[in-house]
Amino acid sequence: MAAFSAFVVGVIFAIGLGLGGMTQPGKVVGFLDVFGKWDPSLIFVMIGALVVSGILYKIIRSRRTPVFADKFQVPSRKDIDRKLVLGSVLFGSGWGLAGYCPAPAITSLASMQLSPGIFVASMLAGMVIFQLTNRKKA
Amino acid sequence: MTDYYFSLIGGAIIGTAVSLMLLFNGRVTGVSGIVSGALSKAKGDFSWRLAFVLGLVFGGVGLHLYNPEIFRDDLGRSVPVLVVAGLLVGYGTVMGSGCTSGHGICGISRLSLRSMAATVIFILCGVVAATLFRVLTGVS
Repeated sequence: MAAFSAFVVGVIFAIGLGLGGMTQPGKVVGFLDVFGKWDPSLIFVMIGALVVSGILYKIIRSRRTPVFADKFQVPSRKDIDRKLVLGSVLFGSGWGLAGYCPAPAITSLASMQLSPGIFVASMLAGMVIFQLTNRKKA
Repeated sequence: MTDYYFSLIGGAIIGTAVSLMLLFNGRVTGVSGIVSGALSKAKGDFSWRLAFVLGLVFGGVGLHLYNPEIFRDDLGRSVPVLVVAGLLVGYGTVMGSGCTSGHGICGISRLSLRSMAATVIFILCGVVAATLFRVLTGVS
């Protein structure tokens, strides 16, 4: 059941990304390029997402357990360490360069265009490279 | 103006999706974490992660049939730029334990200071990267 609900969530998530414009890298870079021709659309995507998610989070967490799982597995770390900071610097830089982040890029594979395909392949490589070079610390 | 309505609604749908993941599976929807976890096979089941990714792609297929413009790429970044960007995003999201969905939406919804810090940082760096690219290449 968990796999089926994850699939459904993926479909809904993709629809949200598509309608919200996140799958148009020009729109994303248009938002990040604040000093250029600024497109503030992304702010509204974030507002819409945060309002819904923020309100529902508390309500859902008030349950004892999730519906199809034994327990909630929500991150609990509170520290801001070097890895968080440097990792975010690297991620943000890549995001600003190509206008793709993980979810929209994967969703865009459906368009059979070259750019998301190259991006996703490189993204997977980058993930694996980090994992392989950080085995002991993981 | 209707552009912004779609953005707001799209965002609300994303917010709904992550809430459903939490309700049904008890998990946060940090896409970089879901994908990297599938790659490492170290933590969590593989099947729900694969199912989620397939859902994204399946949703994408439906969107593409509905209107291919949804995936319009106005940027036309070169292959080397796409490769570098992808590597940075892949490496950085695993190092930083999250991305726009994980930190930006799920983390901030939980009022996580860690996620708020990460989000501020990656947005700022996104701004710098996008600006520098335009300034250095003359392409916008």
